[in-house]
Amino acid sequence: MEKRVVFRSRWLPYVLVAPQLAITIIFFFLPASQAILQSVQQQDPFGISVEFVGLDNFVNLFNDSHYLSSFKITAIFSVLVAFFGMTLSLILAVYADRAMRFAGIYKTLLIWPYAVAHAVAAVLWLFLFNPTLGVVAHWIKGFGIGWDPLLVAQDAMTLVVVAAAWNQISYNFLFFLAGLQSIPKSLIEAAAIDGAGPARRFWTIVLPLLSPTTFFLLVVNVVYAFFNTFAIIDTATSGGPGSATEILVYKVYKDGFKALDLGSSAAQSVILMVIVIALTIVQFRYIERKVQY
Amino acid sequence: MEEIATAPAAEGLKSARRQPLRWGGRREGMVENRPMLDLITHAVLILGVAVIAFPVYITFVASTITAEEVLAAPMSLLPGPHLIENYREAWLRGAGNSAAPVGQMMMNSLVTALAIAIGKIAISLLSAFAIVYFKFPLRKLFFWMIFVTLMLPVEVRILPTYKVVSDLGMLDTYTGLTLPLIASATATFLFRQFFLTIPDELAEAARIDGAGPMRFFWDVVVPMSKTSMAALFVIQFIYGWNQYLWPLIVTTREDYYTVVIGIKRMIAGGGEASVEWHLVMATAILAMLPPAVVVILMQRWFVKGLVDTEK
Repeated sequence: MEKRVVFRSRWLPYVLVAPQLAITIIFFFLPASQAILQSVQQQDPFGISVEFVGLDNFVNLFNDSHYLSSFKITAIFSVLVAFFGMTLSLILAVYADRAMRFAGIYKTLLIWPYAVAHAVAAVLWLFLFNPTLGVVAHWIKGFGIGWDPLLVAQDAMTLVVVAAAWNQISYNFLFFLAGLQSIPKSLIEAAAIDGAGPARRFWTIVLPLLSPTTFFLLVVNVVYAFFNTFAIIDTATSGGPGSATEILVYKVYKDGFKALDLGSSAAQSVILMVIVIALTIVQFRYIERKVQY
Repeated sequence: MEEIATAPAAEGLKSARRQPLRWGGRREGMVENRPMLDLITHAVLILGVAVIAFPVYITFVASTITAEEVLAAPMSLLPGPHLIENYREAWLRGAGNSAAPVGQMMMNSLVTALAIAIGKIAISLLSAFAIVYFKFPLRKLFFWMIFVTLMLPVEVRILPTYKVVSDLGMLDTYTGLTLPLIASATATFLFRQFFLTIPDELAEAARIDGAGPMRFFWDVVVPMSKTSMAALFVIQFIYGWNQYLWPLIVTTREDYYTVVIGIKRMIAGGGEASVEWHLVMATAILAMLPPAVVVILMQRWFVKGLVDTEK
């Protein structure tokens, strides 16, 4: 889409885009190309010698069982976050869409968790799940189940999944609600007249018509779990116990900043960039084609 | 190729735009009477609201009792009488041995969030205006350069970005905290989309009247973009306030900590027993208050911003 009417100036448009472009080049393109360059180099921690090593860093990564297990952990984590976050918010959205009275109040009370910082969300759940003084941990132990996210891998994973899903519920809720409200009322009414009950209408009409929204949210939630949950992991578990909750983004940070293994960290960055680009293309391309029903 | 960028990311949103999300307004009901289902509806929603609010409620309770009472597992589920002294202590002194006073950290967070939100809106408004209202040789290239930044979240290029900022001497400065986060592809696209809907007749009329592009920008484009700006402001303020990884690495001095980083420092290091949970919890409540207030008070713009930016 283009404007028919445009202004003419030799220099003005360049001045107008200059601030945005300068920041983009200095803080995006420069570092990104640095990362790509470093990913094919091997550097000692003090930066004295640099050696070109080709794809060695990548080969090493894919032979490294720690890196592969970090991939697996990330996959499990994002599936769990997406599943629980989306299921709960879909249930809430369906009922909020149905509610006539107090609908506004319910909505307000369901959207504010979006405003809570990931790190703060992690602290809240860390406190509730704290093995010695947490309220929820106390209840869990009341059922005779052992609980210690500081020592048990599964418990740590539960903690970060709960915190991450909780933080994302409002976002999912809003988009499901928007999707539900865009379903033509006449379709639902026609089904009701034909004698379909609420449950039947949900499974045969609402859910299929909602699938584009669901798919969009699935991509968004996977991106969220992959990249935006760094704060939750760092605050709640620091990747532990051992490396049980060490997702890919956390490993880039740890290997780069803590272990100072620049080559490996850069190679991991490049792999993550490829994943983001793939997901972004899926988001823009695939969804766009699906839209035309 | 440009269509990719202009395409709304999902059908749900597309229809949401065609038929704006009815926020707050009453829905017309179906001609169907199911009192049992109405009851279940409210039960589910009340339960949902309660479960979602529970962690924050417990946090609030913990911030109103003493350190010893927090440690008495299980702690009380009703607020205690120490609200004012806990908040005062956190505000003036902080908690733990490495944390700065929360009052100061809240100021840092406020400066950061405002600088990021306003900066993003300003530079995106300008570049979107240039891209929509001018034809110049490098236009397409610039547009794509901005678009690509969508694909490079700070998390994946963290070390080299840190290096750039440190080479520029921006560690432990407000500039270093905010400037690298100010470029925004989403804001630029949002304004671009909006500008494309401004009728051509307006620009035509301005040109006939002899108004230059900047005059047109200030007198027509900016006033018309107010709603989009408000929506973006809400989203970007929350984004700025809640930043974590970036402030974590560019601030080493306590006087530049934001409150989100401060909380992390309060619970890190030192053994389990040394964490002053009652003060940490007061800090947590203070840290979530400003963005939560912004979301609740500016709800309409928040919803619009979220749906429009699609991320």
